[in-house]
Amino acid sequence: MLNNKDKIFTNLYGLESFELKMAYTRGDWDNTKALMAKGPDWIIDEIKNSQLRGRGGAGFPTGLKWSFMPRDSIKNNYLVVNADESEPGTCKDRDMIRNDPQKLIEGCLLASYAMQAHNCYIYIRGEYYNESVVLEKAIAEAYDAGLIGKNACGSGWDLDIYVHRGAGAYICGEETALLESLEGKKGQPRLKPPFPANKGLYGSPTTVNNVETIAVIPTILRRGASWFSSFGREKNTGTKVFCISGHVNNPCNVEEEMSIPLKELIDKHAGGVRGGWDNLKAIIPGGSSVPMIPKNICDDVLMDFDSLSAVKSGLGTAAVIVMDQSTDLVKAIARIAYFYKHESCGQCTPCREGTGWMWRILEKIAAGDSSSAEIDKLLDVTKQIEGHTICALGDAAAWPIQGLFRHFRDEIEERLKKGSFAA
Amino acid sequence: MSFKFNEESQKLAKIALAKYPDDRKHSAVMPFLDIAQRQNDNWLSQDCIEFVATQLEMPFIKVWEVVTFYSMYNTQPVGKNFVQVCTTTPCWLRGSENVVRACKEIISENPKEVSSDNLFSWMEVECLGACVNAPMVQINDDFYEDLDYVSTKNLLISLIDNKPLQIGSQIGRQGSKGINNAE
Repeated sequence: MLNNKDKIFTNLYGLESFELKMAYTRGDWDNTKALMAKGPDWIIDEIKNSQLRGRGGAGFPTGLKWSFMPRDSIKNNYLVVNADESEPGTCKDRDMIRNDPQKLIEGCLLASYAMQAHNCYIYIRGEYYNESVVLEKAIAEAYDAGLIGKNACGSGWDLDIYVHRGAGAYICGEETALLESLEGKKGQPRLKPPFPANKGLYGSPTTVNNVETIAVIPTILRRGASWFSSFGREKNTGTKVFCISGHVNNPCNVEEEMSIPLKELIDKHAGGVRGGWDNLKAIIPGGSSVPMIPKNICDDVLMDFDSLSAVKSGLGTAAVIVMDQSTDLVKAIARIAYFYKHESCGQCTPCREGTGWMWRILEKIAAGDSSSAEIDKLLDVTKQIEGHTICALGDAAAWPIQGLFRHFRDEIEERLKKGSFAA
Repeated sequence: MSFKFNEESQKLAKIALAKYPDDRKHSAVMPFLDIAQRQNDNWLSQDCIEFVATQLEMPFIKVWEVVTFYSMYNTQPVGKNFVQVCTTTPCWLRGSENVVRACKEIISENPKEVSSDNLFSWMEVECLGACVNAPMVQINDDFYEDLDYVSTKNLLISLIDNKPLQIGSQIGRQGSKGINNAE
């Protein structure tokens, strides 16, 4: 279990004020100038050595991503922070923004300096209105204190940070859709290449990072790459904020060590599964986009990128959605399928049409009005979407359905045969 | 075209526009629509959209595309208290259907119907990002969390009585902290 002294987000629950004077007491902005004086290369190397992987779901190595940014571009470089937190099950960035925003703002300065960006946009989901008000206040405080703006922290580097509110579209969490949205258009993902590091916001080199990725940067640089990489396992390092929802006794957000066993995470922090561990049916371990895993895998799987991908699921955003024996899993996944149908941007035919097909067939199965042949047809549709769309929303819609039938097909067919789908 | 920004909205619009490069003012379309919607009782009439298009020198259709793409722009009137109930899986697992039932009883059988006194309308929405405090609703800008049938009813009645309950958790939790967890 992670010691309190090793937690990065010491005000995750808002027990103290978010204000700058309190943020100072939590160690934020402590001699940031000295960190910057070590130079952009040192910052990028330190982040590479920490083995930090992006916290927005894909888990791409952050230091490597930063190294793709050109330093000698005649255009302005941009840092864009993805605070469009919309993956069902996920509500961690919200806590960092409303309760510990100076960590994010300081991270923006250090990351922008490392990538030689003078402008940073934070794209926050529109529904987080109150959180955006806190963030704007925190940014204003940082400007007033000379921490950002001209000659930020006395470093000689200028940085402006702006908040842009979204307006309710899950797809804008996809980085190129987010950039389209920031440019004043519908949020439809762009074809890649070119990647944002070459041609991003307004055609300029841009890096898009998740809130948590940026907010952990100051602490990593202060305490050292080796401190951060001492948690978790090789290539799956650091601390991580987990969101535990669904059928547990005490749903909560909690910062823990990466690679903590799933069972330990739930038992220690979420008060255990409702009705006890044996009452567990399945868990979606990383937000709605990743396939569920049944209890026997949950028994000993570790919560990190590589162990979850080894069991054909994923860490995603580390949003753990727990479902006990009372859950109608088909209904649970049908509801997720409806979500993807609603959120498909409509650009690619397989996703626009396929998400509707998948949802309708799942509803038929949930109603007990289906057959084994129709399950085959449904799985065929998932295969026709997977890998055939511009962005990963198609995959994200297909995988949870594949996961359901990978583990529970026999049980579902048995219930269909009985003609009744009542649990 | 009868809609235009009032003094307060003009101030907000100026702040919004300053966030983007001078030659990229289309970027301000989302904040401008939001400002217009707030001024216009939380919905966008055609007048509002035309006004925003003119201000930003954008074709009407480009602004209309944005309006229809994003779920937070309301293209028809909503109640003074616009109740959005999250029913995506994490909320559903914790009983969001009971929250819907309370809305049906207190507000109206059908979603998106504005009550005769204009006080309410409700609808189901997709994940609002407060999953460890499920189930929850958003009313205008505010999240009310850790709900059940009774507390949703109490919440709606408090709005009828014009004595709104405190926003956030309705069972006394501090943010996303587990209710029995020590720090």
